[in-house]
Amino acid sequence: MPKRNDIHKVLIIGSGPIVIGQACEFDYSGCQACKALRSMGYKIVLVNSNPATIMTDPAMADATYIEPLTVPVLTEIIEKERPDALLPNLGGQTGLNLSAQLVKAGVLAKYGVRVIGVDPEAIEKGEDRIIFKETMKKLGIEMPRSAPAFSVEEAEKVAAELGYPVVVRPAYTLGGTGGGHVYNVEELRVVASRGLAASMVNQILIEESVLGWEELELEVVRDAKNQLITVCFIENVDAMGVHTGDSYCVAPMLTIDPKLQAKLQEYSYRIVEAIGVIGGTNVQLAHDPKTGRVVVIEINPRTSRSSALASKATGFPIALVSAKLAGGLTLDEIPYWRDGTLEKYTPSGDYVVVKFARWAFEKFKGAEDKLGTQMRAVGEVMSIGKTYKEAFQKAIRSLENGRYGLGFAKDFNKKSLSELMLMLNEPTSERQWIMYEALRKGAAVEDLHRKTFIKVWFIQQMKELVELEERILNYKGRDLPDDLLTQAKRDGFADRYLAMLLGLPESLIREQRKKLGVVEAWDILPVSGVENAGYYYSTYNGPDRVTTSNRKKVMVLGMGPNRIGQGIEFDYCCVHAAFALRDAGYETIMVNCNPETVSTDYDTSDKLYFEPLTVEDVLSIYEKEKPEGVVVQFGGQTPLNVANELAAAGVRILGTSPDTIDLAEDRDRFRIMMEKMNIPMPEAGMASSFEEARVIAAKIGYPVMVRPSFVLGGRGMQVVHDEEMLREYVTAAVDVTPERPILIDRFLDNATEAEADALADGTDAFVPAVMEHIELAGIHSGDSACAIPPVTLAEKHIRTIEEYTLRISRELKVCGVMNIQYAICQDKVYVLEANPRASRTVPLVSKVCNIPMARIATRLMLGERLQDIGLRPQHIPHTGVKEVVLPFNMFPEVDPVLGPEMRSTGEVLGMASTFALAYFKSQEAAGGPLPLKGTVFISVIDKEKPGILDTARRFAELGFGIKATQGTYQLLKENGVPCELSHKISDHQRPNVVDEIKSRQIDLVINTPKGKTSAADDAYIRKAAIKYKVPYVTTTSAARAAVAGIAAARAGRSEVKALQSYHQDIGK
Amino acid sequence: MNAVLALEDGSVFRGEGFGARASASGEVCFNTSMTGYQEILTDPSYKAQIVTMTYPLIGNYGVNHQDVESWKPHVAGFVIRELSPVVSNWRADASLAQYLEENGIPGLQGIDTRALTRRLRVRGALNGFISTEAISDAEALERAKSWPGLMGVDYVKEVTHREAFVWDEKDEQSADFKLRQGLEPADAREVREPLPPADIPIVAFDYGMKYNILRRLRQQGFRVRVLPATATAAEALCHRPAGIFLSNGPGDPAALGYAVRAVQDLLQTGIPIFGICLGHQILGQALGGKTFKLKFGHRGANQPVKDLVSGKVEITSQNHGFAVDAASLPNDVEVDRINLNDQTVEGFRHKTKPVFCVQYHPEASPGPHDSTPLFAQFRQLIQSR
Repeated sequence: MPKRNDIHKVLIIGSGPIVIGQACEFDYSGCQACKALRSMGYKIVLVNSNPATIMTDPAMADATYIEPLTVPVLTEIIEKERPDALLPNLGGQTGLNLSAQLVKAGVLAKYGVRVIGVDPEAIEKGEDRIIFKETMKKLGIEMPRSAPAFSVEEAEKVAAELGYPVVVRPAYTLGGTGGGHVYNVEELRVVASRGLAASMVNQILIEESVLGWEELELEVVRDAKNQLITVCFIENVDAMGVHTGDSYCVAPMLTIDPKLQAKLQEYSYRIVEAIGVIGGTNVQLAHDPKTGRVVVIEINPRTSRSSALASKATGFPIALVSAKLAGGLTLDEIPYWRDGTLEKYTPSGDYVVVKFARWAFEKFKGAEDKLGTQMRAVGEVMSIGKTYKEAFQKAIRSLENGRYGLGFAKDFNKKSLSELMLMLNEPTSERQWIMYEALRKGAAVEDLHRKTFIKVWFIQQMKELVELEERILNYKGRDLPDDLLTQAKRDGFADRYLAMLLGLPESLIREQRKKLGVVEAWDILPVSGVENAGYYYSTYNGPDRVTTSNRKKVMVLGMGPNRIGQGIEFDYCCVHAAFALRDAGYETIMVNCNPETVSTDYDTSDKLYFEPLTVEDVLSIYEKEKPEGVVVQFGGQTPLNVANELAAAGVRILGTSPDTIDLAEDRDRFRIMMEKMNIPMPEAGMASSFEEARVIAAKIGYPVMVRPSFVLGGRGMQVVHDEEMLREYVTAAVDVTPERPILIDRFLDNATEAEADALADGTDAFVPAVMEHIELAGIHSGDSACAIPPVTLAEKHIRTIEEYTLRISRELKVCGVMNIQYAICQDKVYVLEANPRASRTVPLVSKVCNIPMARIATRLMLGERLQDIGLRPQHIPHTGVKEVVLPFNMFPEVDPVLGPEMRSTGEVLGMASTFALAYFKSQEAAGGPLPLKGTVFISVIDKEKPGILDTARRFAELGFGIKATQGTYQLLKENGVPCELSHKISDHQRPNVVDEIKSRQIDLVINTPKGKTSAADDAYIRKAAIKYKVPYVTTTSAARAAVAGIAAARAGRSEVKALQSYHQDIGK
Repeated sequence: MNAVLALEDGSVFRGEGFGARASASGEVCFNTSMTGYQEILTDPSYKAQIVTMTYPLIGNYGVNHQDVESWKPHVAGFVIRELSPVVSNWRADASLAQYLEENGIPGLQGIDTRALTRRLRVRGALNGFISTEAISDAEALERAKSWPGLMGVDYVKEVTHREAFVWDEKDEQSADFKLRQGLEPADAREVREPLPPADIPIVAFDYGMKYNILRRLRQQGFRVRVLPATATAAEALCHRPAGIFLSNGPGDPAALGYAVRAVQDLLQTGIPIFGICLGHQILGQALGGKTFKLKFGHRGANQPVKDLVSGKVEITSQNHGFAVDAASLPNDVEVDRINLNDQTVEGFRHKTKPVFCVQYHPEASPGPHDSTPLFAQFRQLIQSR
C-alpha cells in the first residue's frame, strides 16, 4: 500500500525527561520517526519537555515544542498547530499514556486528529491488564493466573487463592514502579499499598509467581496488510524475577530449541494480530523449563528499550520502519539488505549480542542492592562478538565501572565459597562477579543454576573463562605463553585485564599479542531497509572484513552507558559533532557501546563501530582507520578517561589538549594558575590521611566540602560540619591513598551558584550564556534547577563571570567547548571548577539561545576561527528554566534530598517570557506541578528560618493556607503570618503531617533537611510527599521561586510557543 | 581428540574432534540456520555430505528423541565452531557429542566455519574428507581428492527404509508439538495438538524422507503407506492409493532410473502426484526433463522463492545441490515457481494432469512456516476428483 494521502501534519509526543525505565532509547526512536515521516513528505509537530534530546533540535521537526507533557498543554498545541494525525507509539510509555488520555478527553475527536500506527483501542488492549487478559483468554493463550485488586483487602484475598509467593503489578506504570514479589501477607500489604498509590488508575494486579522461569522476548513488526515478521529473538539470561530492564540478555536465543522458538513466534503473531498494532511490538513470554508451560507476561505495543536493543542487535531500524508503516507503507515496499523487501525478513547472522545493565546503587546511600520486578538500572551497554565469551567480556569492559573483566571485583575473591553462595541468595547487581569468584572457589555449575536459575550453558561458559584465567594466573609477573595469550584474546579477555592479572603493563601485553598477529578484526552488521550503512563490530575470532577509504576522516568517541552524571546530553553533543564533521566534508567514525542512543543509529555517522570505549578497542580502530584525529570533548567523562593513554600511544586528540584537560582536573595545577591570574577560588587543600585532612580543615574552617579526586557527578562529595564527621568520611572512603587523595574545599555558605559555557578556538573565546542556579552552593550543579539568562545575579557579577570565563579559556588555550562553575558569596565571585569539555548544559544553552554549541565547537576544533564564525552577544527576550528529575520514587528507602552528590537521572526545560512563568512550567514538566491554591506545609531548620519568612508571607497573600511544625510555626506566628500547627511523628500526636499528606490536606511541602546527614529525622516527610505525589521542595531558594511561579501562573498561564518562534524573537 | 577436515582444493582445517572416532568422505556444504542442527543431522538429504554451520555456537540445547527427521542421522561429518559441553534445555535427552558418537559420525570443532563457508561460497561445494583418527594432512588431502563425488551415485538406496510400512498407525508421532497449558497433567514434553481423522490413503515413495513431511501429511488427514524407493508402480497401486507422494532425498537424481520409471508408469494412471525436492527432480525426469548440478547448492532457511502465479514471494527452507533444467521440460508442464537468487526452477505443475511439485521443503523444519498450505492443496486436489 502506498503512503497515506489523507494526512499531512503529524504530531509526535516524546517521552519527557530521562527516568529509570525510560532513557534515551526514545530519543533514538523519536528521531527515526521524524526522519521517516519527513522523508515521506509529512510535516512534523514535536512535543517533548526534555531539552537534552536530539529530537527537540529545531531542525528535526517543523514545529518543536519544549513544553510540559500534560493533556492541557498538548490540547493547546493541537489547537494551535492543527495536526491531522498523532503517532503515539514512538514516545515510550509517556507518549502512549498521553495519547490514550487525549483520546479519552475527546481532544483528538474535537480537532479531527487521527491516531496512526496503533489505534486507541489497541493501546487499551495492550496496556489495560484486564482487557489484555480478556484478549489472551479469547486467543487461548495463557497468562500467569491473576486477578486485579483495587484495595489492599482485595489483594489479600486474591493472594490467598493463588498461594504465595505472588507478584504485585501496578497498572499503567513504567519500569514496574511500585510493584514487586511478596512472600507473605505482611509484605503484600506494604507492596500493594505502594502499588495502588503508584498506579495512574489505582489498580494493581496480583499474579501467580513465575520466578525462575525462562524469560524470552520477541520483537515483532506488523503492517497494515497483516504481514508479520520477527526482528529479533531475545533470551534473558537472568530468569523471571529480575526486571527485563535489569536482566542481562543475549540475542539470538542461545539455549532455546527451534520448536519452542517457533511456538513463541506463533503466539506472538496471534497476539499482535489480535491487538492490531501497526509497527513494532515487544512480546515478553515466560517458559517453565520444568513443566513446559508458556505464559505471556506482557506486551508493549510501541517502541521500547527492547526494540532499541533489537534494532542495534540486528541492524533492523524498528522505529524507522514502524513510522513508515504508520504512514501507510507496507513491508513489501521497504527494501531489505538482502534481495527483496522486508516482509521476507528473518533474523540471521553469525554473531552473539549481549546486553548488560548499568546500575547506580553507589549513588544512593541506603539503597538496597537487590534486583526484582522493579527496574533499578540507569543505563545499559550492548556488545557484539563472534562467540558468547567474547561478547560477554566485551560487555563487561564496556560498563565503565573500573572493571575490565569478571574476576577480583571488590573483595569477592577474599570471601569463602559459602559466603559467596550466601550472597547469591537474591539477585543483585554484582551477581555475575560473585558467581565468577564462586566458580573459582569450586562451586558446581548445577548448584549455581539452582541458586540463580541462570541456565547451565551460560554458567558453563563462565566456568571455562575462570579455568582459563586460573591458567593465566600461573604466569603472574611473567610473559604469557603465546598459545595461552591467543586463547585469552579469543575468549574476550581485555589487554587491561590481562595486565592486571599478570601484574604487567598493558602496553606490554599489547606488544606481545601484536607480534603474534593477534589483533582486532572487524565484521559487518548489515542494516535492513537501507543501503550502504557502515555498521561494524570487532572480534579476535575472524578475519577483517571492513574496508577503509582514503577520505579525510575524524573519529568521535561516544559517552558509553547512561549513568547518573553521564546522560543523554553527551550523546546530543556527539551526534552534533558527527553532523558538523560531515558538513565539513569529513568521513565520520563513531565509537560507542550504548544501544539506546542516537549516536549509534546507522546513519548518524558514515561508520559506526559498536565497541567498548577502552584504550584497546579505540586504539585498534584508530590504527585501522588512520583518521586525522579523535574528538574526546563530547562524550562526557568516558572519552576523557582514555584521552591521556590514547595521546601517549600517538593518537592525535582534536581541540583542547589532553594536558589542558589534565591541568583543569588537577586541583593543584589549576589553583596555581588561578592564583597567577588573580582569580579567587575557595581555600582548599588535599589530604591523603585523616591527620592531614584534620589540619587542612581546621585551617580553612568548617563547614568544608570534601570529595575524592577525579570523579564525575560529585561522587562521594559531602559537606562536612565538624571534625567527627570528617573522621567518619575519611574512614568510609576506602580508597584514600597518596595517588587518590581527597579534596577539601571551603564551603561557601549561603552562596549563589552560577555557571558559564564558553566556545574557544585556542586563542579567542566566546561566552554564549551565563546560568544562575536556583539552589544555593552545596547542591550539585547537575541536580540544581537553573535559569538562562540569570535572574537575580547583579550585572557586575555577570560581567565578572564572563570576563573570568574568557580569560580562563584563553589562558588554558581551550579549543572547542568548556564549562566553568562559579559561586557568588558576599559580593565576590569565586571559581569552583573548570571543565574543558562539553558539559550537560550544552543542549540547554543551544536551545534557549539558539547557538548550536556542539557544532560550532567541532568547527573550531577543525581549525576555524571564532572571528570568522561571527558570534555576537544577543539579548534573550525569554527565560529558560531547567529542572531535574530525581529517581527517589524508585529508591523508597533513600532520603530524597539534594546534596553535593548528583543523583538526578534527567531534566526538563520550561520556557516562557518571564522567569516565574518558566519556573512554574519547569515544575509542571518535571512531574511535580505547583498548586495554584490550597495549603502549603513548611518545616525548615533554624538556619533557614529567616530565609523562609518572605516566602511564607507571599503564600499567605496568595490565599494559601499554611501549616508548619513547631519551630517554624512559632517563627511565622511571631511575624504575623497566619498558620496552623502540624505535628511531626516525634510529637506523638495524631493526625501528624504524614496523615495530612496522605489525606491530601497538603498541596505543597517545603522541608529543608538537617545539615548533618546523621540526623536526617525529617526524611519521612519528604518520603511521604513522594509516595503520595505531593510536590515538594527542599531548599528555601526553590521555595522562593515556587511562590513567584505560582503568583505569575495565577495571573495568567504562559502560552505554548514553538522553539522556532522563540529563536526568531532572539535579538529583536 | 585431534580432528582434520581436508578439501579437494588443497586446504586443510585442524581442530578438536568430537562425536565418533571415525573418518568419512563427502561433499562439504554449509547451513546458515542459527538453530535446528538436530533436524539437519537427521535429514536424509544430507547423506554423504559433511555439513558445517555458520552460526558459531552449536549444541547448546542438546538433542531429543522428538525432533528427529528420520530413523538416524545421515551426515558424513559435522563441522562447527564451538561445541557446548553442557546441555541447557528442558526437552533434551542427550548431548550433541553423545548423539554423534552413538551414530558413528565424526565431528570437528574449533575452526572458523565462516571462513570455510566463504571458501565454499566462492568455489561452490567441494569434496572433502573428515577424520577424528590420527591421519596426516597429506593423507587427508589424498582421501578428499580421491573421493569420486556425488555425481552418478545412488545414495537413495542407502537412506530409504528397507521395508514398506504405514506411518504412525497409532497416531503417536505426528501431532504437532504443543505447549502445556494451565495445570494439565502428564509429561509436558508429550503434550500434542489434536489430529484430524486419517481418511485419505496415499502412498509415499521414500527416497530419504524427512519425518516432518510424514507428520505434516498425517496432520492433513492422510493415512500414509511408505514404500521403499525401489518399489514399482504396480506395488504402489496394489494399495489403492488416492494420491502418490514423492519424497525428498539425497544425491544425484540422474542416478535413479528405477524411480523415474516407476513415476512414469504412475503418471499414466491419473492418480494425483505431489513431489518435494528429490521427488520434484524425479518427476521432472519422468516428464522428459533433465537435471543438472548447481554450482552453489540451495541450503538454509531463507531462500526467496517467487510464485509466478500469485506474484508472492516466500522465504523457504531448502537443501539441494541439483536442479531441474527449465528448458528441458515439455510444453505441457508449466514452471510456476522460481528461485529469486539464481532464477532456477523451484516448482512446476502439469497443465492437464493432477501433478505438481516443489523443489523446496514446504514442511520447513527448521525454518519459517510459510509453505504448509501446499499439503492442504494436495488434499484439495485429491478431494476435487
